[in-house]
Amino acid sequence: MIKHFLNLEWKQYFRSSYWQKSIALNILLVFFALYFVVMFLALGFGLLFILKETFPEQDAFVIANGFLFYWIIADLMMRFFLQKLPVMSVKPLLTLPIKRSTVVNFVLGKSALNFFNFLPLFAIIPFSIMLIRDGYDTSMILTWMFTMLIIVLIINFLNFIVEAFSAETELSFLPLIAVVGTLFGLDYFNILPIKSLVGDGMLYIANNPIFILIPFVILVAFYAYNFKILKEKLFLDSSLKSKVTEVKAADLSWTNRFGDIAPFMQLDLKLIWRNKRTKSMAMLLVIGVLYGLFFYPQPVYREMEFMFAFIGIFSTGFFLINFGQFIPAWDSGYYKMLMSQNIKYEQYLRSKFILMVLSVVILFVLGIPYVYFGWKILIAHLAAAIYNIGVNSHVILWGGSFNRKKIDLDKKAAFNYQGTGAVQWLIGIPLMLVPMGLFGLINWLLGFEAAVATLVIFGILGIVLHKKLMRFITQRYLDSKYKMIDAFSQDS
Amino acid sequence: MIYTKDLSKSYNGTTVLNIEELRIPKGQSFGLVGNNGAGKTTYFSLLLDLIKPSTGNITSNEVIVNQSEDWKPFTSAFIDESFLIGYLTPEEYFYFIGDLRGQNKADVDALTAQFEDFFNGEIIGKKKFLRDLSKGNQKKAGIVAALIGNPEVIILDEPFANLDPTTQIRLKQILKDLAEKQGVTVLVSSHDLMHVTDVCERIVVLEKGNVVKDLETNPTTLKELEAHFASNLVTQEEA
Repeated sequence: MIKHFLNLEWKQYFRSSYWQKSIALNILLVFFALYFVVMFLALGFGLLFILKETFPEQDAFVIANGFLFYWIIADLMMRFFLQKLPVMSVKPLLTLPIKRSTVVNFVLGKSALNFFNFLPLFAIIPFSIMLIRDGYDTSMILTWMFTMLIIVLIINFLNFIVEAFSAETELSFLPLIAVVGTLFGLDYFNILPIKSLVGDGMLYIANNPIFILIPFVILVAFYAYNFKILKEKLFLDSSLKSKVTEVKAADLSWTNRFGDIAPFMQLDLKLIWRNKRTKSMAMLLVIGVLYGLFFYPQPVYREMEFMFAFIGIFSTGFFLINFGQFIPAWDSGYYKMLMSQNIKYEQYLRSKFILMVLSVVILFVLGIPYVYFGWKILIAHLAAAIYNIGVNSHVILWGGSFNRKKIDLDKKAAFNYQGTGAVQWLIGIPLMLVPMGLFGLINWLLGFEAAVATLVIFGILGIVLHKKLMRFITQRYLDSKYKMIDAFSQDS
Repeated sequence: MIYTKDLSKSYNGTTVLNIEELRIPKGQSFGLVGNNGAGKTTYFSLLLDLIKPSTGNITSNEVIVNQSEDWKPFTSAFIDESFLIGYLTPEEYFYFIGDLRGQNKADVDALTAQFEDFFNGEIIGKKKFLRDLSKGNQKKAGIVAALIGNPEVIILDEPFANLDPTTQIRLKQILKDLAEKQGVTVLVSSHDLMHVTDVCERIVVLEKGNVVKDLETNPTTLKELEAHFASNLVTQEEA
C-alpha cells in the first residue's frame, strides 16, 4: 500500500504544471535548504566552543540545555509559518479498499520525513560528537541525542495540532500565539519555570536513560491526537457538506468613486473578505503594523539605519507582498470567464494596483506612532512607502504575469491548513532586499538624507511612469493569456 | 455572423479539431453534437479565444476573434462552473456581469425577473454563495448570467446536463425564443440528441475533430442522428 502511495506522491509532484514551470524557484529553495544545512552544521560543531568562551565558569552542556526552551519555541514558530501538513488528495481513495488508518498513518509518517525534522539533526549530531570528544560520558550524550530526536518529532506533531486549531478559527495565527504566549508567559512571570524545567528534565533524562520514556509517551500521545483529528476529517461528508452561511453583504458603494474599476474593486474586496485563505492574510496585516516593535525597542537596531528601510518596506508593503504575488491567481477559479467577458485588462490590473496602494497608505498611517522611536524612522518609513507604491507594486504586478499556479479558494480546509509554504516568503525577498541594500549602501556612502532621497526618487519615478509601466505590464498579461488559462484550468 | 475558416487545433501533433469552413448565420440556433473528445468544447473555447488556434481563424461579426477583443461586447458564454465566482451570491454575480456589460442594477433585475420560473425560487434572495449551491442551480445561474446585456451570440456548452427535467423543458423554451424572437445566434452543444433536435434549427455532428454531418432540423433528424451514432457503435464493436 505504502508503495502505491509513494508512487502517487511522486507523480503528483513531478507532473504538476507548477513544478515544470518553476524550476528556478525550486533551485532557489534547494539553495536555501543547503544554506541552512551549512549554518546548522557550523552551529553544531561550533556551539561547544562558543559556550565555553561565553560562559567559562559553567558547564557547557548544562547551559545548552538551558537554552532548549527558546529553541523549542522558535522551532514551533518557524514551522507554523513554513511547514505544511502534507497534502494528499484522499477523495479518490475513500471508496477503494484501503483502511482509513493506513491513509492517515501514511500522511503523518510522511510529515516525519520533512526537511524541518532533518535540519536540527545537522546541529544535534555534531554537537553530540563534540561533547563526547570533549570527555562527556558517551552513553549520557547518546541518550540526550535520542531525546532530542524525539523532541524534534514532538514539535513536528505539536505544530500540526496547532495548525488544525488555527484552521478552525477566523484568526488563523491566534492558536499559535496562544500556545507560544502561554509557554513563554508561564516562564517569564515565574509561574512555572518551564525554561529550567526543560533544561533540568533533559539533564535528568540524560543521566537516567529510563526516563526517555516520558518524551516518548508525549510523542505517542501527540501522534495519536493527530491521528484522531485527521481520521475524523477523512469522511467525505466533512468536505462535501457545505457549511452554508448566510451572506452578510457590506455596503461597498464607496468604491464607486474609482469609476470604471469599481466593479473589480468590489470583487476584490469580497474576494478578500469571503474566503478563508484571503481573510487570514488580511488578518496578518496586524503583524505588518506591529513588525517594527520587534526591532525598535532595542537600541541596537536603532543604530542600524538600513534596518529602518527594511522594516519600512516590510511593514508598509505587507499586504502588497502577500496579496500581490498571487495576482492573478486569486481569480484563477473563474479566469476563463473573465477572459471571455467584456473587460479591459488594464482596468482589471489597475483595480489591484489601487488596492495595493491603499493598503500601503493605510499601513504607513497606522505606523506613524513609530515616530516615538525617532523621527528618522518615520522619514525612512515614508520613503519606503513611496518606494512600495512606485516600484514594488509594479514589480509584483509584472511578476504576476508569470503566475501559473491555481489557487483553489473554494477548497474546504480538510488537509490544506494554510495553503502557503516557504515559497510564499521567498518571493518577497527581492522586493525587500533590493531597497534595503540600496538604502544601506547609499546611507553608508553619502548619508541618511541621500539614502532616503534615493528611495523617494525611485518611488516617484515609478509613479510618474505609472501609465507607461501599466501598458507594458498589461501587454505581458495579454501575451501569456493562453498559458495562464491553460495552467489555471489544471488542478494542482 | 460566425465564419470559421481552415480552423485547426492540435496538441503535440495530435489534431483535435479541424474545420475547413463553417458559416453560422445571424439568428440561427446551432447545435453541436458528438461523442466525448469530438472537439465540441475545443471549438467553443476557440470561439471565445481561450485557446490559440493552430491554423486558421474564426470571424465573428467581422471581428477575427484571436486578433481583436471587439467581439466581447456582443458575445456571452457559459462553458462550465469555472465561469462562476464562488464567493459571490447569484445576485452579486449578475450585477458584476451586468457592470462589465454596461447594464445597471435595474436592467439586471428586469432581466432576471423574467426567469423566476426557471430559477424555481432557488436562486434569487436566498443569501447563499454560488459555491454553496447545487450543481444544477449553479448551472441555472450561469446560463442566465450569459443572457445579461443583450448579447448577439450566446454560447452554451452542455446546458442540459445536471438540470432537472422541468428545468430542461423551460430552458428549451428560453433558447428557442432567443433565436426566433430576438434574433440571437445561439450555439449549444449536447450529448442529448433529443434536446438538441428540439431546440436547434441546424445540427452539426463532430467526430474526432471533423465535421461529418451538417443537418437542417426536420422531423426525421432525430432518427438520422440516432442511426449515425448507433452505426458508430457497430463499427467500433467490429474493430
